[in-house]
Amino acid sequence: MPTAIAQPVERENYLNTKYGVWSWLLTTDHKRIALLYLLSITFFFFIGGFFALLIRLELLTPAGDLVQADTYNKLFTMHGMVMVFFFLIPSIPATLGNFLVPMMIGAKDLAFPRINLLSWYLYIIGGVMMLHCMLTGGVDTGWTFYAPFSTNFTNTKIVEAGLAIFVAGFSSILTGLNFVVTIHRMRAPGMTWSRLPLFIWAHYATSIIQLLGTPVVAVTIVLVAAERALHLGIFDPRLGGDPLLFQHLFWFYSHPAVYIMILPSMGVITEIIACFSRKRIFGYSFVAFSSIAIAVFGFLVWAHHMFVAGMSVYAALVFSLLSYAVAIPSAIKVFNWTATLYKGSIRYDAPMLYAFGFLGLFTIGGLTGLFLAALGIDVHVTDTYFVVAHFHYIMVGGAVMGYLGGMHFWWPKISGKLYPEGWARLAALIVFIGFNLTFFPQFVLGYMGMPRRYYDYSHMPEFQVLNVLSTAGATVLGVGYLLPMIYFLWSMRYGKPASDNPWNAAGLEWKTASPPPTFNFDEEPVVTWEAYNYEELDAPHSQEVPVAR
Amino acid sequence: MARNVDALYIFLLIVTGMMALLIFICLIYFAARFRYRAGVPAEQIEGSHALEITWSVIPFLIFMVIFAWGAVVYFKERTPPADATEVYVVAKQWMWKLEHAEGQREINELHVPVGRDVRLIMTSQDVIHSFYVPAFRLKQDVLPGRYTVEWFRATKPGVYHLFCAEYCGTQHSGMVGSIVVLEPAQYEAWMNGGSTGPLSATGEKIFAELGCSTCHRSDAQGRGPNLQGVFGKPVQLEDGRTVTADENYLRECILDPGARRVKGFQPLMPTFQGLVSEEQVNALVAYIKSISQPQPGEPAKASANAATPKAKPNGSQVQ
Amino acid sequence: MPDSSSATGLHTEEHNPALLHHFADPEQQRDAASLGMWVFLATEIMFFGGLFCAYLVYRRWYFGDFAAASRTINMAYGATNTAVLICSSLTVVLAVWAAQTARRTLLITSLILTMLLGLVFLGIKGIEYREKFTEHHVPGASFRFVQPIPGHPGQYANPRHAQIFFSLYFVMTGLHALHMIIGLGIFLWLLTMAWKGRFTPEWHTPVEMGGLYWHFVDIVWIYLFPLLYLIDRHP
Repeated sequence: MPTAIAQPVERENYLNTKYGVWSWLLTTDHKRIALLYLLSITFFFFIGGFFALLIRLELLTPAGDLVQADTYNKLFTMHGMVMVFFFLIPSIPATLGNFLVPMMIGAKDLAFPRINLLSWYLYIIGGVMMLHCMLTGGVDTGWTFYAPFSTNFTNTKIVEAGLAIFVAGFSSILTGLNFVVTIHRMRAPGMTWSRLPLFIWAHYATSIIQLLGTPVVAVTIVLVAAERALHLGIFDPRLGGDPLLFQHLFWFYSHPAVYIMILPSMGVITEIIACFSRKRIFGYSFVAFSSIAIAVFGFLVWAHHMFVAGMSVYAALVFSLLSYAVAIPSAIKVFNWTATLYKGSIRYDAPMLYAFGFLGLFTIGGLTGLFLAALGIDVHVTDTYFVVAHFHYIMVGGAVMGYLGGMHFWWPKISGKLYPEGWARLAALIVFIGFNLTFFPQFVLGYMGMPRRYYDYSHMPEFQVLNVLSTAGATVLGVGYLLPMIYFLWSMRYGKPASDNPWNAAGLEWKTASPPPTFNFDEEPVVTWEAYNYEELDAPHSQEVPVAR
Repeated sequence: MARNVDALYIFLLIVTGMMALLIFICLIYFAARFRYRAGVPAEQIEGSHALEITWSVIPFLIFMVIFAWGAVVYFKERTPPADATEVYVVAKQWMWKLEHAEGQREINELHVPVGRDVRLIMTSQDVIHSFYVPAFRLKQDVLPGRYTVEWFRATKPGVYHLFCAEYCGTQHSGMVGSIVVLEPAQYEAWMNGGSTGPLSATGEKIFAELGCSTCHRSDAQGRGPNLQGVFGKPVQLEDGRTVTADENYLRECILDPGARRVKGFQPLMPTFQGLVSEEQVNALVAYIKSISQPQPGEPAKASANAATPKAKPNGSQVQ
Repeated sequence: MPDSSSATGLHTEEHNPALLHHFADPEQQRDAASLGMWVFLATEIMFFGGLFCAYLVYRRWYFGDFAAASRTINMAYGATNTAVLICSSLTVVLAVWAAQTARRTLLITSLILTMLLGLVFLGIKGIEYREKFTEHHVPGASFRFVQPIPGHPGQYANPRHAQIFFSLYFVMTGLHALHMIIGLGIFLWLLTMAWKGRFTPEWHTPVEMGGLYWHFVDIVWIYLFPLLYLIDRHP
């Protein structure tokens, strides 16, 4: 169990330093902004989750009998858009990243605190626009809004949704900009690049992708909006345009975007595994550089989403080869994490359970990527539930597990309270079981041939059993996600107060109070030790209170 | 072809299964063996270059094998044999319209005989669709404004699902049909059960009706190029480039004549965009191909679209 | 070395009032601002890059039609605008130097000149757009294009392909003009600060950063001009 302290001392910290709505809405403190983001993305997570629930309910029966076809099409579109742009992309960077990046490098704040606040407001504006769009009719193109359907054939609110994503995209770009400059320029004395926690390396790589990729989807949205409004013909074959050009422009961002979604989670997992094995991560430099390698290679593989789109055979060959190359750095990470456990001293607190879950699910998700990169197989399984299962294993089994693990790990630091460990472990187990039950059947459905985005499969009633299993899993998963919401809130009032370092973890953020003071450190740290100095922390003469059972 | 795809799939299942098992066994074993025990500290291990290289190189080599195998299967899938029977497919929201070279028209159903190579020449009237036959392990997006091609050879009689696999609007999930594979005798019987004559004959009629023969004469006097024997041959363009006169080029000449004009001819041809339907374009293309058929004694012309390997490729086989 | 007083917010030491509290010293603040602006400009390159990509693809496919369309936009206006922007970059450099050397009058003059040149640019652009409007070259329902392809007597450009040229022309130059307008806003703000005497040789970071942004907008135009105005032009 993490340590609790007997007498809570009401010290001045970032939470109680000022009260009132405006002290929050006009804050430039990165920690408060992180909490503002936390509230907002949790809201959108549940909206996206609600859409998912409706989708799975519809798919319980082969006939399209719950909602109409157009409604279903809007449901899966909005599920995708909300989850990708308003939950996954900001999730870890805007919450845990915002909170921890300055602290981990020993800085008082990010390089541009006011831009950080602007970033949140842009996210909110984009979110409100998206909400309005959904409430007044929504969009039905799929989150990928392919032309010419999106430009010339649908009557739904493409321009509004596109603008919402455009604005939220700027939020993402500014966050990335802030992180890159902060990591370069604001490290404390002695904090060299090779002493940085791997969480920082992961966020650095993520920020590079955000900066270079997001503008391309932004300009793609501009072109789609212009085409709709002015009938330009850039993507319309009847006017000499090319729909494939849209796909290239779209995927040039949207493939690196998936690395924006997974890299921060990998950073979280690294920190958790190191702490709960009481060891420095095996192969530090390899893990650090693999993050950069993923960011670089991630920009070179976009057309593996287009193998059957009508590209030339030779282009397909090149992208298939590169897609195998990008799998290597991820594999390296998995091996290094596993090797870290060797000769460790492992504890199974909730964050570590999420990390184990991540390792299992990300491995499966990543391995199924090998199937998709194989041209001969992709022809069969692309645009089927196989792909849906693959990316949910990575996004939900990977990114969301990492996010939840990180929330549990740093909750004492963020709130100054301990969450209830028993409930947390139960929730982790429920999430793991629910997740597998939901998404594993979908691999089978995909290979059997069930296409994506079908609300009525009455021509193929043989698909029903697996769909029912999947929906059952989804309800279990939903329970698993609700539990942390409840007990985190509960802990803010009734949780045991946390000490500065309840996990006896390495990292500068643990050397200050829980919750931290507004400027993070009473004195600027001077770093003279390597990262993950668990040997020192666990030495018998150490000042830290040993982790008690 | 389906069997080839499944073979690769099973190989992948085994390989990835083994990799996953290896990792899971390590995880579970380490998690149990190296639990926290009081008085037993963790052992700090910086890393191992040897291990890093090993577990990068070995997976990479395995990946290259998978890549190569997948590429070979894909290449065969994308290379139709030269003398396959042709079927023209027009996709529209939300149905499949098919027309055999012999002239039979079908909606949402395709009858084919067992053992025959069938080449689908597909276009869309509106948005992007995708012609997906899970049993054949085949899929190809169908685009507006151009032809895409898919081919198969059915090996077992039966009825197989046809799905649209690229989201195309409200009734995307209703755009389903069947591929009906018949024994040759049954197929003959079905074929003779009424048709409007071969597609190329329809095309010949349209060619005359629209006045194409005014300029495209079969001697060298016409204002337009002589179309006898043009299909599949290289054509010199006005701007110096050379292209092969494949289905896409012929289609473009009808709908957008100025785009790639043949060298030596005046830009006189009007566009027929909006004046002909996709089916009529298909018929015209079929007609032009029919007047490029080799006379007895002449070598067969190569079909356009992707490289044609020397050996006859395997057909697509049904499970 | 950092001083702990700034951590707690007390001003026990003299420091430039422009130093923000989360920075250790003015150098760190200036370095951060500079890196931030360069990184932002990298994102802008990617933003325009997508458009350039689309343009290059279509130009390769429809070269003749694009050449015909390019003939109908006014090269004289375009060249003048290029000269205007290059001059404005000179005035920007002057402004930065003036700030570095405490020349308040020169600073204010240079900023005003830069803005004037920017307005001239936008004015000429407006005239060009109006010309396109009256010639029915604006994409949409009223688009009409009947022009020969240069170097191919008797052959007329495909109007649908020409429309793609104009679509890209308006989106690319329009986006560029939008960046110019934002630049004018930034320089107005700089002008106000300069007027109040806020810039010193020790601290004039906003002038430098504004200058970087303006140079970037200039460079985008230097690529746009030949790509759009000078297709297949021969003396």
